[in-house]
Amino acid sequence: MSDKIDARGLSCPQPVVLTQKAIKDGKSNFEILVDTEVSRENVLRCLEKNNFNAAVSEDGDIFIIKASKK
Amino acid sequence: MRDIKIKSDSNVLVTASDKDDAGVYRISDSIALIQTLDFITPICDDPFEYGRIAACNSLSDVYAMGGKPLTAMNIVGFPTKKFSLDILQKILEGGQSVLDEADVRLLGGHSVDDSEMKYGLSVTGVVHPDKILRNNSIQEGDVLILTKALGTGIIATAIKADMAEESSISEFILSMTTLNKYAAEIMLNFNVHACTDVTGFGLAGHLLEMLDGTSLAVEINSNNLPLLPQVEDLASYGIVPGGLYRNRDYIGTAIDFSSDIKTIYKDIVFDPQTSGGLLISLNEKDAFDLLSALHSAGIKNASIIGSFKTLSDKKIYIR
Repeated sequence: MSDKIDARGLSCPQPVVLTQKAIKDGKSNFEILVDTEVSRENVLRCLEKNNFNAAVSEDGDIFIIKASKK
Repeated sequence: MRDIKIKSDSNVLVTASDKDDAGVYRISDSIALIQTLDFITPICDDPFEYGRIAACNSLSDVYAMGGKPLTAMNIVGFPTKKFSLDILQKILEGGQSVLDEADVRLLGGHSVDDSEMKYGLSVTGVVHPDKILRNNSIQEGDVLILTKALGTGIIATAIKADMAEESSISEFILSMTTLNKYAAEIMLNFNVHACTDVTGFGLAGHLLEMLDGTSLAVEINSNNLPLLPQVEDLASYGIVPGGLYRNRDYIGTAIDFSSDIKTIYKDIVFDPQTSGGLLISLNEKDAFDLLSALHSAGIKNASIIGSFKTLSDKKIYIR
């Protein structure tokens, strides 16, 4: 089952903080929604550092980042 | 500002279109006024330290012009419905402590009720009209000294994420509350060609300003860039301020990074700095003497970070 984190409208570093929390909570598959390039790049860095795969798709102004543990 | 016409005046020696640190106006053959204004939103949790940082940040432009600050006025935006006035009192006490340290007199100020907290100062200083240190009067072969470590934007972001270690926060606050007065006083004993301070545009942005109007380029030795603790790790976790990416988008094409450069250096040159160090350009022999004088005075992070050369293609080379 895939969890969803809605980080739209949040400025940095909150999307990363939410991503880190999901990882700490032991989630291995989840989605993060962000709406800025800054948040997209920062969340991708966080996932990479934590050894997660990330796939990004765009829906209008929203980036949907699918994260899964490597 | 671009579309606003300003009457020409031969006494206006430095103005906004010069992209320098402060405006300069000649009032006699031996005295020119330096005027600058800066204010910032809170960058740490302690209101007294925030006041000190904002004051150091505001005074810095006068030192970067080779001048001496004399007077200042407070600029305050304060959300009276969200915070008690005791907080504002502490901020102002912090600012005043720095003005006392810098021997600058506060003459007044202005405050407004604001949705977001802001504090800074308008500062007036003096300089001899022939001794103004512009930011782009660099010479070929000059060596470049940076007097403080980089990374305040990243640590400020880490504080918001509750990911900054206590020791990193202490170093960060110490760096930003260190007046550039001390480095500037030592610098003025040397034949400095150009000077600026590193602030919101990051190291790369301010290097571009130093190169503005010249045909030179700068080569930076990344191994010599002084860094605040923890910044490499934090940046790799995505604890990166939006301003860093904006600086990168704006000036990234002017920069060539060596292929083997560590990722942190590709970030740190764009990190927006608050109360950053001076960038001092002078000939190589003087640079070594100035560097040892700075180190002897306890300015431990001062470092020779690069040199100005004639190079084709890009303006900034990070090696």
